[in-house]
Amino acid sequence: MSLADGRGTPAFEAVGLARSYRLDGGVTVDALRGVDLRVEQGEFVAIVGPSGSGKSTLMHLLGCLDRPTSGTLRVNGVDVATLDDSGLADLRNRTIGFVFQSFHLLARTSALDNVALPLVYRGVPRAERRERARRALEAVGLGHRLTHRPSQMSGGEQQRVAVARALVGDPRVLLADEPTGNLDSRNGEEVMGLLERLNEGGVAVVLVTHDAEVAARARRRIHVRDGRIERDA
Amino acid sequence: MKTAEALRMAVEALRVNRLRSMLTMLGVIIGVLSVVILVAIGTGAKDAIEKEISGLGSNIILVVPGQVGLGAAPTQSRLDLSDVAYVRRVVGDPSKVTVAVNSGEPVRVGRVEVFATLTGTDENMAHVFDRPLRRGRYLTKTDVDTRRRVVILGSEVAAKLFGDVDPIGRQVTIAGVRFRVVGVYATVGATFGVARDQEVHLPVTTAQRLIGLPRINGIAVGASGPDEIEPLRRKVVDALSERYPGETFSAVTQTQLLGTIGTVLGMLTGVLAAIAGISLLVGGVGVSNIMLVSVRERTREIGLRKALGARGRDILGQFLIEAVLLTTVGGVIGILAGVGGALLIRAVSPVPASITWWSIVLAFGVSAAVGVFFGVAPARRAARLDPVVALRTD
Repeated sequence: MSLADGRGTPAFEAVGLARSYRLDGGVTVDALRGVDLRVEQGEFVAIVGPSGSGKSTLMHLLGCLDRPTSGTLRVNGVDVATLDDSGLADLRNRTIGFVFQSFHLLARTSALDNVALPLVYRGVPRAERRERARRALEAVGLGHRLTHRPSQMSGGEQQRVAVARALVGDPRVLLADEPTGNLDSRNGEEVMGLLERLNEGGVAVVLVTHDAEVAARARRRIHVRDGRIERDA
Repeated sequence: MKTAEALRMAVEALRVNRLRSMLTMLGVIIGVLSVVILVAIGTGAKDAIEKEISGLGSNIILVVPGQVGLGAAPTQSRLDLSDVAYVRRVVGDPSKVTVAVNSGEPVRVGRVEVFATLTGTDENMAHVFDRPLRRGRYLTKTDVDTRRRVVILGSEVAAKLFGDVDPIGRQVTIAGVRFRVVGVYATVGATFGVARDQEVHLPVTTAQRLIGLPRINGIAVGASGPDEIEPLRRKVVDALSERYPGETFSAVTQTQLLGTIGTVLGMLTGVLAAIAGISLLVGGVGVSNIMLVSVRERTREIGLRKALGARGRDILGQFLIEAVLLTTVGGVIGILAGVGGALLIRAVSPVPASITWWSIVLAFGVSAAVGVFFGVAPARRAARLDPVVALRTD
């Protein structure tokens, strides 16, 4: 498949993307009301907006964790509407790396096994998994922390483990949801530096944040408000 | 995801909550343990009773008046010695036919008194039944014909009345009548609830006079081989029915007894196993319950795994394997404990517990099935979790 290679194909291409939720009372909430968006390979984009603006919804759609109510979304050239849930899981596994605000590491699992987790679902043999996880941890400067558990590491270290986990599968895109939200400024700076370095290596980074300082690091900022793109610069 | 991988994850997850896993397993352990032990006891009882019936003597047909069966009322016998002679003619070989008149009486020697089962019989008893003598002689035709007051003692009666003294030629008193001991049987043990070593045999004619009734309780016919049993049985019953039109006679053969008793005890074992199975079921509900708790607790983990590329079936497999692992490990522990328990019961109590391989295979299979059955609902709930919602859960 030439598309899978991704050269020349945008990382994300959304047309009229909308997502509405039906609440228990029968009320429908339009979280996203028709978004057109194109993120090229290797871009560094920040999605900014106040809480409730729909940026998280957009992020979930881009991350293939959720499906749009209407509109089309192509991830790395693949229309997500053509994929079943397993196909979507596979797309997430191979194309997208996630970094969450609250790290989301498995508490009783070593850094190495946490990082290797995405490869488990790709069917990579154990020895190779561990080797790749080790290299990913070295790449984020945690080569000395392989057997440590999350509880034995600082917040900054935990987030770097999460970044290592996001990049261990060689994704095309890194989706980061408030990656510095739970970190002090020094550790936040370190994680941002890491994301920039990865971006320079060719991985597109899409950052969701309401922190103006963090957003300023991106080359392109997309402002979301009331479920629409307000400004794209 | 490979099964080996899922298994590793499941072991890890169960290790993390060690106490909870143990307690959950305990339900399954107790269930499997009771299945194995109760089936062992049921089977052991069946084996023991079947062995006792075989010990009655092979190829024997017991003819009694009335209907024999569970719940049938005891019938007043109308057979007498002329019927024995009649059956002898029907069978052809008189030595193959013997008789029984039963009563229970105290037997006394000096001040020592023992309650014994009196059986009036004849000289053919030894031809039909396998009843070796330790000392003395069997009853003879003359004993019967002349109503001699002679007895043969069961080994236990002899021991209680005479201790180490040789009883041959000595006197015992039964219902005020004096008898001379002419023989002592070898110890044969209990057969089918009848303590044969507590029997006292005397000539059937003497017994009838002692009891005061000219009736007999039953006729025993010995067949010369297993193939002859059924035709002989039919012949004897038909002949008696012809002689007494409108009356019922039953002939019980060892095979019939074995079959009937085997069916009843098999059913009993099945009922016991089913009752034990209920506790296994309760254990399964416990597994289901704890798996639901586990799914809820690990909602975030499930969301994360999905975000990282786990498919629904990966999550399903992970939780299902956890549930099955809980029940099969519990099952194996239960089997080991059950086998140990059954062996212990056999060693320290008179209950004959016998372990059967099928109960072990069944217990293991059922515990694995319980894991699948009770694990499916929680596992499906986990597999269906929406990753967005799951990741947001605190």
